[in-house]
Amino acid sequence: MTAIDPTAHLTAEQIEELGRELDAIRDEVIAGRGEKDAAYIRKVISVQRKLELVSRGVLLFSIFPPAWLLGTAGLSVAKIMDNMEIGHNVLHGQWDWMRDPKIHSTTWEWDHVSPSEQWKHSHNELHHTYTNVIGKDNDLGYGIMRVDEDQKWHPFHLGQPLWNFINACFFEYGIAAYDLELGKNLHKRRRKNPEFRARAKAVGRKIRKQVLKDYVIHPLLSGPSFLTTLAATFTANLVRNIWSHSVIMCGHFPEGVQVFERRSIKGETRGQWYLRQMMGSANISGSKAMHFMTGNLSHQIEHHLFPDLPSNRYAEVAVKVRALFEKYELEYVTGPLPKQVFSAWHKVFRLSLPNKKPKVKTPDREQELVAA
Amino acid sequence: MTSTALRSRARKLLEMVTTPLLPSDYLDLVSPLRAGADLRGRIEAVHPETNDAATVVIRPGRGWRGHTAGQYVRIGVDVDGVRLWRAYSITSPANRQDGRVTITVKAIPDGKVSNHLVRRAKPGTLIQLDQPTGDFVLPQAKPAKVLYLTAGSGITPVMGMLRDTEFDDVVMVHCAPRPQDVIFRNELHDLVADKKLRLTEVHTDTDGMLDIARLGELVPDWAERETWACGPAGLLDAAEEHWTEHGVQERLYTERFRPSTVVTGDGGEVTFSATGKTVDADGATPLLDIGEEAGVLMPSGCRMGICFGCVTPLKAGAVRDLRTGEITEAEPGVLIQTCVSAAAGPCDIER
Repeated sequence: MTAIDPTAHLTAEQIEELGRELDAIRDEVIAGRGEKDAAYIRKVISVQRKLELVSRGVLLFSIFPPAWLLGTAGLSVAKIMDNMEIGHNVLHGQWDWMRDPKIHSTTWEWDHVSPSEQWKHSHNELHHTYTNVIGKDNDLGYGIMRVDEDQKWHPFHLGQPLWNFINACFFEYGIAAYDLELGKNLHKRRRKNPEFRARAKAVGRKIRKQVLKDYVIHPLLSGPSFLTTLAATFTANLVRNIWSHSVIMCGHFPEGVQVFERRSIKGETRGQWYLRQMMGSANISGSKAMHFMTGNLSHQIEHHLFPDLPSNRYAEVAVKVRALFEKYELEYVTGPLPKQVFSAWHKVFRLSLPNKKPKVKTPDREQELVAA
Repeated sequence: MTSTALRSRARKLLEMVTTPLLPSDYLDLVSPLRAGADLRGRIEAVHPETNDAATVVIRPGRGWRGHTAGQYVRIGVDVDGVRLWRAYSITSPANRQDGRVTITVKAIPDGKVSNHLVRRAKPGTLIQLDQPTGDFVLPQAKPAKVLYLTAGSGITPVMGMLRDTEFDDVVMVHCAPRPQDVIFRNELHDLVADKKLRLTEVHTDTDGMLDIARLGELVPDWAERETWACGPAGLLDAAEEHWTEHGVQERLYTERFRPSTVVTGDGGEVTFSATGKTVDADGATPLLDIGEEAGVLMPSGCRMGICFGCVTPLKAGAVRDLRTGEITEAEPGVLIQTCVSAAAGPCDIER
């Protein structure tokens, strides 16, 4: 966190005006949602399924190196599509407006060890509501890392570059543990809580199904290619994990992104909530293919402002949002993937060591509002 | 091992391969109309009937169980990307050789689905289907004399009957604003020419509304006829009254397309607790529409309070039955028909 509040120049009134302008952007997209958008997501889902089928088909002969390479690459892309552009966004309810029970946040399940029901709670409700609020948003370091100077240092954090690397490799398990709030719930007293046990069971079932499919059934179906297919599905999961971990790190950890104190969100208005999302997120710049493979989380700022707008619209929304950043003289944090990944990792390394507590003055907007 | 047990084993194994999806999710990509799939249909053609009505030819999926003349089918159509369900009478005979079914749709003002089907639907489009249903059908035993009393698009289920079954003595009284508004006019006149039907057209723009009390002038022996009536609520209410007055109400069968709303009241804030959405609702809009508008997956059926396909637990608050004005308050186990219930103050619907 910078010692100077980058939003200090805005009056309470300006912030509410900003909120209204953002609402207008949102309303415009909602009014224009239609057949083309529906065709888009159906097409993506159809391509993903075909790609996965073909890739798994090719992997039946993975004993031949070209087949292994082709199948593994295809399966990695299919898994990334499933999690990013499809799963994450469907589970946000971005496509609920189509009223298609097969593409709906309440019925969707994804290729991931965390059951969608639990992920929706920890991600949609907690992370998206309390974005970057220290002590409330567990996405800030996932409970195993310090990603802001204001977070308290503990000797455990010395190992955080390693924890982060392990988390990247097994990201889907990290998320499942995170959604279960394992850190909190493994305490003796909480472990027996029936609600926690039911959720843990659900995760267990999901893990079993995923593992059986990828590491037992599919290799068995490959016959003589058993071992090579096993290696292929493991690699595809690894690629998907590292990729999604990298993209997601770029969303909130790079330098320039703001975090907030618990008390700063007391009595937060709509405009202030928007402003926090704007300052607490970072984008990734790049080609269309790049945006697609990140599930449009490269438009993290726009996604955090409007989590339930269809992802295919973020690119056009970004133009308008960026103009608002300029108008209100705010910093739009963005950069190419390697730069942002480096920036986030740099922070992970830097903050593994203790630092002097910075003096931060967050303006007390509640009072300002009353005054206005 | 029996073959069903074997098949269920095989299915379980397949599901382990496709998890978290189902094998059907993949099969749907290539064969959406196959046996065992969710029931769907493909629009094969759209034929205009009048200025604002068209017949849609549908090839139903393999799971289609067939209909009885006079029944309706619910179809789910994606209009501007949003799936909307409506019920339409089937106008094709039950024994149609090519297995296709037709519905005939009249575009009503502001009708999203009807206007889409009449003016914009394209051959090749997939739609969702339900099995046909409805008890507005002909009896097993052939009645000696038949009267069809219809108005506007109320002719559609009756056309399904006319095309399906021939009777010795059939009279039809049909009301439409002008001659060119009469759906199936040419076909009806062909039936008249073949002496299979006696037809009276009432053109309400010039003749005025049909006065049921004077039906005897058009059909002197109306009371001896088994009568199937379909049209606007005003016509059907009057017919029911007239038939009852003459003590022959058991000879009258009616079909309504819409429920008659009598009472509205104050609305309130509606929470759909399973989906986590809260919206404001007025006291006249069915909760089914409110939920669908908010993107909640609402079960639905006839949309007029008959089939109970939409029943949903009411967790908290109160709702008003739009047909009777009756208030239902939340209690454990209370189910409401969302298609004919509106908010009566804040309420919580378990969806």
